[in-house]
Amino acid sequence: MKIGELPDEHGHFGPYGGIFVAETLIAALDELRCEYELARKDPAFMAEFRYELKHYVGRPSPIYHAKRWSEHLGGAQIYLKREDLNHTGAHKINNTIGQALLARRMGKKRVIAETGAGQHGVASATVAARYGMECVVYMGAEDVKRQSPNVYRMKLLGATVVPVSSGSKTLKDALNEAMRDWVTNVESTFYILGTAAGPHPYPMLVRDFQSVIGTECLTQMPDMIGRQPDAVIACVGGGSNAIGIFYPYIDHTGVRLIGVEAGGDGIATGRHAAPLSAGSPGVLHGFRSYLMQDENGQIIETHSISAGLDYPGVGPEHAWLKDSGRAEYVAINDDEAIQAFHDLCRFEGIIPALETSHALAHAAKIAPGMDKDQVLLVNLSGRGDKDINTVAQISGIAL
Amino acid sequence: MSRISSVFKHLKTQHKAALIPFITAGDPDPQLTVPILHALAASGADIIEVGVPFSDPMADGPTIQRASERALRHGVGLKDVLAMVAEFRTTNNTTPIVLMGYANPIERMGYAAFATQAAAAGVDGVLTVDIPPEECTGVADALAAHDIDMIFLLSPTTPESRINVVAQRASGFVYYVSLKGVTGSANLDLVEVASHIPVIRERCGLPVGVGFGIRDGATAHSIAQFADAVVIGSRIVQEIENSPREQVINNLSAFVRSIRAAMDAQ
Repeated sequence: MKIGELPDEHGHFGPYGGIFVAETLIAALDELRCEYELARKDPAFMAEFRYELKHYVGRPSPIYHAKRWSEHLGGAQIYLKREDLNHTGAHKINNTIGQALLARRMGKKRVIAETGAGQHGVASATVAARYGMECVVYMGAEDVKRQSPNVYRMKLLGATVVPVSSGSKTLKDALNEAMRDWVTNVESTFYILGTAAGPHPYPMLVRDFQSVIGTECLTQMPDMIGRQPDAVIACVGGGSNAIGIFYPYIDHTGVRLIGVEAGGDGIATGRHAAPLSAGSPGVLHGFRSYLMQDENGQIIETHSISAGLDYPGVGPEHAWLKDSGRAEYVAINDDEAIQAFHDLCRFEGIIPALETSHALAHAAKIAPGMDKDQVLLVNLSGRGDKDINTVAQISGIAL
Repeated sequence: MSRISSVFKHLKTQHKAALIPFITAGDPDPQLTVPILHALAASGADIIEVGVPFSDPMADGPTIQRASERALRHGVGLKDVLAMVAEFRTTNNTTPIVLMGYANPIERMGYAAFATQAAAAGVDGVLTVDIPPEECTGVADALAAHDIDMIFLLSPTTPESRINVVAQRASGFVYYVSLKGVTGSANLDLVEVASHIPVIRERCGLPVGVGFGIRDGATAHSIAQFADAVVIGSRIVQEIENSPREQVINNLSAFVRSIRAAMDAQ
């Protein structure tokens, strides 16, 4: 089977993916898979999805040539896919609209979501308000602290935010808790999973909804530069913005696909969130993929300045893209990401999310070694307003 | 005949249901686990489920999550759990031990290595919460090669058509999750639960245990009337959690004896 035609009917991307969940959820996942199969072939459903993306989200998002920054770096030209200009300020809304429309189609009145940086939580709260659904968002207690503006945004939108104090109090624990809620309320509740991970069909479904990003790029880049870029770069936590921009490019084999993981304090320190760069395969949260784990198979705590990348697993399609060699994965440390954050602010007047700053930092790292007529397309997955407290704190500034 | 099958066969002749308590290995500390296993066996447990601590117990409620965290603070992993079972087996060769846990520790060890070591330790069955029949081939084949039973869950949301899928791979017994939710939840509808058991028993051709939400003798007694086994997890773990260390064995034994008595009462 061709790489881009996966997953197979059981949700496998090579040895990765699958459905590793408790029996109680099997029927719900089966129902979701069947409903999605019908929906994706239903012209009315797809038309409504496209209408919402255009009129509510503001798509297509533009591509912007970061000229000053590129000149400063002195090599390849950097282009930015502006997902930060979407309604709610990140790519997450593409997926939450798709899943909320599915929820409505399935007659579910209550939606739940997990969130790390809060972007997916905000996007879920937003669509719940938009479609008149009850919304509960699980968020690690640690993340509630470092992303307080997003917590308040979710509340303004009418969602209930539940801080999760188990484990490392971050995204993985929020996901555990969301799964527990879903097991308990499986008949009334739709779980809006925010990243291209989890049990089948979520990795496929999230990829499909997010692939609007790459699909737009496929026509936008030739319009702007007369060809496709030399490389596409995106940050990878669970991997939804990356798979969204990579997937339509999989068959364009001349385009390098580069995923950027969170290197935290540095891969060598062990304090990072880079399972593809320094982890090993295992099973967590319903799927098999690369994980951060110890010799006993326990999941180890991750470290990243970016709450959205602070996750010990990664979507199964990325694991497969890595093994198959179609995509490359690298890690960028906290300090490099911060530098890129400041540079984009100063050179381009764009405040990027700390997650996105990892992708930017890698572009900044490789651009100088490339020719001036080469092109790097970076997925600017979200804006950084939510991160200003974190950045100020690092800079020793009290807001 | 496996230890598990022998137990059910023997109980059937006595018209009794099996009592299956659950503990997390290493809770409250590793030194107490083997003594707890012996105490459970001495107090009327027919089979013992031993939880393998995992960092991300998605299907468990707060009580068993905390037990896992206590065990993990002592660094208890799958290898340690197998060593505990082996130690238990040096003086108990009859009470079946079922390991219950999540996929990743087993994945990490490797299916074949796990099956070999589990058999050597004297493990009788394995229940992996997040490995449904669809994903079980590798581990089930490895366990079958060592005559270790692979135990599966069925739940109120399992469609009847799927019971056959589970039946194809299940051995030992099947575990009916008596409610939607995580371990330790409340709100058990006994009439509803009872209505599912005969069809499961017939389709699977195996004894059916019922668990999740069983907290007292009266409920255990009711379930023993229609199920082949009563599984008690969170309530047992709570007893461990709420007892001073030196009282754990006594309190646990008293609780299990009270459940046994309630189940066997006419």
